[in-house]
Amino acid sequence: MDKTINNKAWFLVLPVFLLVAFSAILPLMTVVNYSMQDTFGNNQFFWNGVGWFKELLDPSTDLGGRFLASLGRNLIFSLAILAIEVPLGIVVALSMPRAGWTVAFCLVVLALPLLIPWNVVGTIWQIFGRPDIGLLGYTLTSMGIDYNYVSNDLDAWFTVIIMDVWHWTSLVALLCYAGLKSIPDAYYQAAQIDGASRWAVFTAIQLPKMHRVLLIAVLLRFMDSFMIYTEPFVVTGGGPGNSTTFISIELVKIALGQFDLGKAAALSLVYNLIILIVCWVFYTIMTNAGAERRPTEGGA
Amino acid sequence: MARIDLVDLAQSYHGNDADIESFALKPVTMTWRQGGAYALLGPSGCGKTTLLNLISGILTPSRGKILFDGKDITQASTRERNIAQVFQFPVIYDTMTVGENLAFPLKNRGVPRAEIDKRVAEIARLLDLTPDLNRKATRLTADAKQKISLGRGLVRSDVAAVLFDEPLTVIDPELKWQLRSKLKALHRELDLTMIYVTHDQTEALTFADTVVVMHDGRVVQSGTPAELFDKPAHTFVGYFIGSPGMNILSAEVKGREARIDGHTLTLARSYDALPAGAKIEIGVRPEFVDVAAPGPGLLDANIERIDDLGRIRFARVRVGDAKFAARLPSGFSPSGSAIGLKFNPAYVHVYADSRLVEGA
Repeated sequence: MDKTINNKAWFLVLPVFLLVAFSAILPLMTVVNYSMQDTFGNNQFFWNGVGWFKELLDPSTDLGGRFLASLGRNLIFSLAILAIEVPLGIVVALSMPRAGWTVAFCLVVLALPLLIPWNVVGTIWQIFGRPDIGLLGYTLTSMGIDYNYVSNDLDAWFTVIIMDVWHWTSLVALLCYAGLKSIPDAYYQAAQIDGASRWAVFTAIQLPKMHRVLLIAVLLRFMDSFMIYTEPFVVTGGGPGNSTTFISIELVKIALGQFDLGKAAALSLVYNLIILIVCWVFYTIMTNAGAERRPTEGGA
Repeated sequence: MARIDLVDLAQSYHGNDADIESFALKPVTMTWRQGGAYALLGPSGCGKTTLLNLISGILTPSRGKILFDGKDITQASTRERNIAQVFQFPVIYDTMTVGENLAFPLKNRGVPRAEIDKRVAEIARLLDLTPDLNRKATRLTADAKQKISLGRGLVRSDVAAVLFDEPLTVIDPELKWQLRSKLKALHRELDLTMIYVTHDQTEALTFADTVVVMHDGRVVQSGTPAELFDKPAHTFVGYFIGSPGMNILSAEVKGREARIDGHTLTLARSYDALPAGAKIEIGVRPEFVDVAAPGPGLLDANIERIDDLGRIRFARVRVGDAKFAARLPSGFSPSGSAIGLKFNPAYVHVYADSRLVEGA
């Protein structure tokens, strides 16, 4: 087929280009600009080159120490919630009914936490965990457990993790449920004929068939938990001390608390870069996994 | 390995109290011999898959009993029944290699490693899967995947029966033919009872010693391919088997004479005690009606169209208002549309309310 080549067509892209320029490129370049400079107020800026970035990656400086510590907390947090939410989500999905009105009921109940705004989730758990008036805090305290998320690091972590599990396990469960529903009955019947045990059905059929939705679930939950801000901020404010201060909380402190625009800009660029890299890695894994299956797609 | 008896077996998807006419499988009593090759033949929705799933235990029957070698296993699980079944679409276990897929049914039953290896190697050889044994099953074509499914069905040597639910639907015609012959050979070699569900008459007639024809939830006839062809017990069998199907014409039958639209036909047997009020039809296969030049003693008809199937030619003819198909003998070309029809009386059957009536 002959294609007409007309370079004037590029003008048609112009509106989108302008829109993206104003919404993404210009703000991003502003941040890049800040990250290379230092300011002492009065709108006076001084060139600092890659100084902030060097400081950021050097644990001996204040900025570097805070960044690397919060990065470590972020990674521990993400791994912890993934380790809980993924298996739990699978178990929930497996125990859901497959037909009847109870399906709709379960779906609605599962979706409820997902519909609650982050801020409200934080407030709910902030009150829920208080030893004086919160149901969780009060119960634990009266059982003789010394629980106080305001003063104890471990309790604070426990609360933040349980909160995330409560908020987001549904998402994993719903994704897994969708994956499970797409398995044709013939697979279960064949497994029955082949005399497979419940465990063999899970490992030979259900888990492999859920493999793609699980990747999506892990990706979504990792990105989301890595960027977490509102909930821990509302519940613990990053404390006690700095024990639940995640990168995003640190960033806001530096940018808006100390008004160190240069440091904050450098930090946010590195933060952004980490997320982009992880995204890319996951994307590559997922598309490769897809390509591996494609040639034989027709049959199954 | 077992003889399978069905006793008044019926299945309803609308509860046990539903009208019997709404049952997916109406009560059926029959016996499947040990070592037989059976085909369950019928159009889509006639209840053949339901019957198969009842035998394998995927469904529990609404009524009736299933006996394996005289032992009632109606409530037994699929596992206890020790049945193998192959489904319409290939089912393979994604994470396993071809060899592991074939070994899966044996592994689940705790068969010793050496025995498993021996059986898998044998089945792989029979199905030409040996070169692929160590490949991941997901990477194979649909054909090969279905061969794996077949292999998993055949790998256990002690099964009561192997059930096939239209297993060659996804296979290319050429390979289909090969696989079918292979199954037939396997049947002779392994001495297993095999029940093969299909809606394709060629598949059924080439595979089976005994073809069971189902229609609307009922078993209407079970017999050898020749019996089904020569003496259909039900007009449905006549019409469903054969290409073109049997000619079914409403007629008035009295003694040795049948009257079709004012024309009289002489029958080989005499029908004196036909049920009153029943719908009477005669059925004759196109292969047993020859077209000839009009003459005395022949039924006058008009040719409408000639279908040349290469090896054989069939004429579509009209007798009064009734239409049917007849064979054109080789070398005969009719002059004009008026012709005569020569019947082979031995193959003209009489049906009352669609069921065959035996003449005296």
